[in-house]
Amino acid sequence: MSPILEIQGLFKNYGATEILKDINVSINKGEFLVLVGPSGCGKSTLLNCIAGLEPISGGSIRIGGQDMTEVSPKDRNIAMVFQSYALYPTMSVARNITFGMQVRGVDKATQAAKLAEVARQLQIQPLLNRRPGQLSGGQRQRVAMGRALVRDPALFLFDEPLSNLDAKLRVEMRTEIKRLHQDLGASMVYVTHDQIEAMTLATKIVVMKGGVIQQIGTPHEIYTRPANTFVADFMGSPAMNLIPARAVPAQEGSMIEIGCESGESIRLHDPRVTGLSGDILLGLRPEDIVEAGQRHGPLVQNGSVMIEVVEPAGADTFVVARLGGKEVTSRLSADTRAMPGKTLDVGFDLSRASYFSPHDGARMG
Amino acid sequence: MTDVSYRPPSRSRGARIALRWGLYLMLGVFAFWYLLPLFVMLTTSLKNLEEIRSGSLLALPREITLEPWKTAWSGACTGIRCDGLQPFFWNSVMLAVPAVAISTLIGAMNGYVIAQWRFRGANLIFSLMLFGCFIPFQVVLLPMARTLGIIGIAGTIPGLIFVHVIYGIGFTTLFFRNYYVTIPAELTKAAKIDGAGFFRIFWSVFLPLSLPIIVVTVIWQFTQIWNDFLFGVSFSQAGTQPVTVALNNIVNSTTGVKEYNVDMAAAIIAALPTLLVYVVAGKYFIRGLTAGSVKG
Amino acid sequence: MRWLERHVPKLVLAPSFIAVLIFVYGFIGWTAWISFTRSRLLPNYDIVGTIQYQRLFASPRWEVALNNLFVFGVLFIGISMILGLLLAIFLDQKIRTEGVLRTIYLYPMALSLIVTGTAWKWMLNPGLGIEAMVRGWGFENFRFDWITDPKMAIYTIVIAGVWQASGFVMALFLAGLRSVDGEIIKAAQVDGIPTHRIYTAIIIPSMAPIFLSAFIVLAHLAIKSFDLVIALTGGGPGYATDLPATYMYAMAFSRGDIGQAAASAMVMMMIVFAIVVPYLYSELRSKHD
Repeated sequence: MSPILEIQGLFKNYGATEILKDINVSINKGEFLVLVGPSGCGKSTLLNCIAGLEPISGGSIRIGGQDMTEVSPKDRNIAMVFQSYALYPTMSVARNITFGMQVRGVDKATQAAKLAEVARQLQIQPLLNRRPGQLSGGQRQRVAMGRALVRDPALFLFDEPLSNLDAKLRVEMRTEIKRLHQDLGASMVYVTHDQIEAMTLATKIVVMKGGVIQQIGTPHEIYTRPANTFVADFMGSPAMNLIPARAVPAQEGSMIEIGCESGESIRLHDPRVTGLSGDILLGLRPEDIVEAGQRHGPLVQNGSVMIEVVEPAGADTFVVARLGGKEVTSRLSADTRAMPGKTLDVGFDLSRASYFSPHDGARMG
Repeated sequence: MTDVSYRPPSRSRGARIALRWGLYLMLGVFAFWYLLPLFVMLTTSLKNLEEIRSGSLLALPREITLEPWKTAWSGACTGIRCDGLQPFFWNSVMLAVPAVAISTLIGAMNGYVIAQWRFRGANLIFSLMLFGCFIPFQVVLLPMARTLGIIGIAGTIPGLIFVHVIYGIGFTTLFFRNYYVTIPAELTKAAKIDGAGFFRIFWSVFLPLSLPIIVVTVIWQFTQIWNDFLFGVSFSQAGTQPVTVALNNIVNSTTGVKEYNVDMAAAIIAALPTLLVYVVAGKYFIRGLTAGSVKG
Repeated sequence: MRWLERHVPKLVLAPSFIAVLIFVYGFIGWTAWISFTRSRLLPNYDIVGTIQYQRLFASPRWEVALNNLFVFGVLFIGISMILGLLLAIFLDQKIRTEGVLRTIYLYPMALSLIVTGTAWKWMLNPGLGIEAMVRGWGFENFRFDWITDPKMAIYTIVIAGVWQASGFVMALFLAGLRSVDGEIIKAAQVDGIPTHRIYTAIIIPSMAPIFLSAFIVLAHLAIKSFDLVIALTGGGPGYATDLPATYMYAMAFSRGDIGQAAASAMVMMMIVFAIVVPYLYSELRSKHD
């Protein structure tokens, strides 16, 4: 089966500035691809390039097996949902949804049938005669989705569709988009700067920075095996701890030594990785630094740290300590006995550890 | 809205009331000074010449006469002709209506292109057009007079329409461009994906949105063109003059007895269309004024 | 077809662009060219240097026109700004009849300057206007004949000009006053700062851009002033109220001296540009990031 979307060697320049550099991505039918990265990373530009709204400077874009690089947006067999929803303000909801069909000269009966179907699917029947200005944010969002759904395209494109909603509604709509994806089995490309949205929705994530793809992978891969410190830091909240440490080759694997404020350094032994030596960054998610005794296994190794801040957050309590000169956050259970100013014995779960070079941030081992 | 009317309670009640009265008095005095010329024009236009000579400027007419209005409309002399303002009033109408319509339409298209279909150099073109709004028109009078002659429309109403359109599109483009940049570019993108082209998007999406700015632009252009004197006096001939030029000729005609009441009636007639627009659509008039001055 | 689709926006803009190039920039070039020739009644394209400018600055009438522009400009701009600001502050005090008053203050801006000139010419007319009226009240020695006095006539143009434009300045300032962040003012009130100090120390300084806009618009109006002078004084008595605009017109259309007309138009443009260009430049820079 050929991929539904295939981007090869895509470059995009504005004058002398390179916005996108050598982008290669492909997804199969039914996949949910999320482009994620900080603002200005080029993710929205990439989406606009896929839609044909921006010309590209090099490379090719294939959609549904056809070369679409030079094809205009209307002929790419795509639909797009925008951040501002981009509903036509002077048209009724019904006309917003049918406008595309009208432009294409679809007959009235088909238009009505498709409109009814989409309205039912999204439960917006009562809104059809209203103007966008009379709708709430969530309702507008639904109408925008309706406009995309009615096209029944090969590929759906979403440009930060939830970022204008309040927090509660955002979570609801997120679930709804996920359900829609599952029900329709549609192929989607979704842009967001919100890493939680990326994790929950995607079957495949592309993390971007400065117009360059940092990593492509499943949410699990991205979360557990980030390709570099940027991805490690960007994905996950609180971010992955990047603890400055020194590595020394051991008989089996490596020894990791973390300098401590108190002077007594923590020494860990990771038998899995070989060849580490010198300055490194030890990457550990907050949930992988646990209270001593909470998690077991040969790779859970203890050390004691001085607690600086304790932040209860309902289900969890975040505890901040200082290791290797940097703040390190640990996610502990709500009933932890950790107290600011006291030491706490913690276990470092090295089975989930990543190692990075402190110079270029690349993953090691 | 800021609220600075709150006063600290330290000031006594009496002083506050006195201040308030003083404020209203000042505002009233200014209102009087702005209304004075209109009042004087109106009363003078309703008096006969005898009463004008003997009475006071501010006195109400003892005996209302509409004769000056009739004369101003259809009998006053502008140079050799004595048909009143009437033919010139219609000249202005025939000149202003097409000039306003054409320049507004062009401005709308230009603004749409510059705001929504950005291309390399569009901003430069916009800057060049904007610059054109600021030149003193004296600098184009001479070559324009010759150009109109070469095209063969010198001294005609189409010639004046042409001039007003050319020097109006800078402003109309500015108005529409500034209005359309506030509309998210995503709307155009969505319409493109829906399959609509350049003109379809303009017609179905942007034009229905544009009523407020069309009103502002039409009012601005109408006021400018109706009140214009420089182009009118430079590029018209005896029969094709706009109403402002005719008014000036009536007032400055040196033949016969000076009929001040006719002058005033003529002035009001010439001012009436724009005054009417101001009274009916003052909100849009002010918006145009501020938009035309506070660029961007 | 695809080419057409891609270039439609440019094609739509092209006629306006070409028109602006020819009728604004081309024409400025033509006028500039003529201003370096000996053209009289008809254009003559042989460049002879700055002779027209030498004649211009040797002309006593031009000197009067420039002086008048300076006097008129300073007074017209200054008084309109002060009056406009005062009225805006007065109207900002929760005045119940604000809507009506605003309408009254601003209506002159809807009038043609020819109408304004005609009205004021009648009122300033010493025999039958304000002078006669005040004398009629019993002040037999009252004199208000500025319009016929070569020394004072320029001030009548200031009066009429201020009458026409000050309401507009008021509208600009009022909009500015209302756009000042309300929280800053509340903070100042909580700090116990008196109202007049809030205006002088907080609100007015934050309106600097509006002062600038108002200044630019008024300066622009002043330099282009033509209609008002023609209607009010016709440039007289003699040429006592000539401005550069009327000088240019007289040279171009009644004196048949287009070399002088071109040179004076160029000087006018230089004055406008000296004021407007820095403003436009900063505006365009900030707007287009």
